[in-house]
Amino acid sequence: MGSRVEISNEGGYRSDGRRQFELRDITINLAQQGQADGSAIITHGLTQVLVSVFGPREAKLRSQTIHDRASINVEVNVAAFSTGERRRRGRGDKRVLEIGATIKSTFEPVVQTMLYPRTQIDVYITVLQQDGGLLQACINGTTLALMNAGIPMLDFVCAVTGGVHSTSPMLDLTTLEENDVPHVTVATMPRTGKVALVTMETRLHVDRFEEIFRLAGEAGKVLHREMKGAVMARTSTLATAMGRQRSVDKDGDEQMHE
Amino acid sequence: MISFASFPTVSDYSGYNKPHHPHGESDDAYMDLDADYDQTDGSRLTCPGEMLTSSQDYMRGHGTYVVDEDVIASVAGTIERVNKLVTVRATSGRYNPEVGDLVVGRITEVQPRRWKVDANGRQDAILMLSSVNLPGGVQRRKLESDELQMRNFFEEGDLLVAEVQAFFITDGSMSLHTRSLRYGKLRNGQLVTVPPILVRRLKSHFIALPCGVDLILGLNGYIWVSKHVKAAEQEGEEGFDAEGVYSNVNDDIDETTRTAISRVTNIVRILASHFVPLTDTVLTEAYDWTVDQQGGVKDLLTEDFGDALVASLVSRS
Repeated sequence: MGSRVEISNEGGYRSDGRRQFELRDITINLAQQGQADGSAIITHGLTQVLVSVFGPREAKLRSQTIHDRASINVEVNVAAFSTGERRRRGRGDKRVLEIGATIKSTFEPVVQTMLYPRTQIDVYITVLQQDGGLLQACINGTTLALMNAGIPMLDFVCAVTGGVHSTSPMLDLTTLEENDVPHVTVATMPRTGKVALVTMETRLHVDRFEEIFRLAGEAGKVLHREMKGAVMARTSTLATAMGRQRSVDKDGDEQMHE
Repeated sequence: MISFASFPTVSDYSGYNKPHHPHGESDDAYMDLDADYDQTDGSRLTCPGEMLTSSQDYMRGHGTYVVDEDVIASVAGTIERVNKLVTVRATSGRYNPEVGDLVVGRITEVQPRRWKVDANGRQDAILMLSSVNLPGGVQRRKLESDELQMRNFFEEGDLLVAEVQAFFITDGSMSLHTRSLRYGKLRNGQLVTVPPILVRRLKSHFIALPCGVDLILGLNGYIWVSKHVKAAEQEGEEGFDAEGVYSNVNDDIDETTRTAISRVTNIVRILASHFVPLTDTVLTEAYDWTVDQQGGVKDLLTEDFGDALVASLVSRS
């Protein structure tokens, strides 16, 4: 590759101090954002993505309605300040459109769209910071936002990026590593172990593919645990907030009967 | 008398509130438990992809699907069971209409013989010209001239309160009606939106607070806060006053009423942000508490004040 950057040093540590298979820190925020029906902010290390979901709602254009299921509309917006080098990406940017189309096709079989005929589900993704693994962050964020919006889905979709440096595979690449290392993004559905998406933009030796693919599947399970924990915590917070008040209602009823 | 119990009440009878033991005891009548489940409320929580039970013993309801004889959750929320029917009720999401529900909506489009209404549902609701009361008596026939002047009754952007009349078989969208003197165009107030799950089915969704403010709690999460209208004025006579019903002009609202309306609106916002279900008792208590605290209306929106309000409501229960 002729790169001057050392991908992993003699001790087996990567440029940001992680081990070969170590994932970056994840934070998940499922709080309400504005008027969205569901939203999520997810960070993988320094990559941060905000996803807002609206719907199912009446489609804006009649041409977009599908008579027997909901249509999913994904719009990706990359903030100009999200990269080291300030750069404006318009809405028509091919890279951005491709991410949107990939996410749409990933979620169409997972979301139970046939329950909501003639409607539209809008997914708006805003990339706030990027440091590699953009697609994985977008997919994980979309999963969480859809669940937060109460939209029925078959399962979680957990995405992770894997790469291979000479012969040693590694997970969850940063921008620095993505520039030098052939990589593949894999999205899995942990309950069945089915794969929702495999995509790569670089060339990867076929002998290395299987190993990375399996590793990414394992990493998906780890991510699933984190994401499920966040969803359950949010659900529990809301359920207790509502349950707390149920006793007040009962008091009110008694007063009325007296 | 037929009573429509809300979902949580039903689950009280379903045997789910009995204490469970997550480990050891193998009680096959209940679904298997997991350490993750929250048991503070007696209800159990789940999230998509979680196996709930076997489809041989139970029927699947909303929020679930079946694969290979397993009933699996498809939304995150509380598990509810009525006899053999297992459903998962999502803690968030759009309004799920039922016939007879009271909703507040906004006209989005005027079409031939019908209006399209945004009622926070998954599709726009439909209000047919034949399901509204027109000036000149309840029994009056709809004429061609009425079709031509539909915008005199409702225009794009108008707010209205209506009842869910039926569903269209073709696509499941809801049809509304305003064939009651209590329903119709809204004025003299302001709209607040809250998550629909926070509005429970009550005996009456028209609430008159002691502070001279009327509330309409739409089951779709749209809440109309307005100046109090005296019952006598509202009832009207047989040939009801069309000017009043379809008027676009607000009455005079004095300063104190305006303040009271803003205060109630802010209280609703606070309660919604803390995910507290809205009932008349809660709202009255909250109003009295804020007046006791002698805070200005805009102080309500500070985070500390909101937390204190909710804490006081909870401690009172």
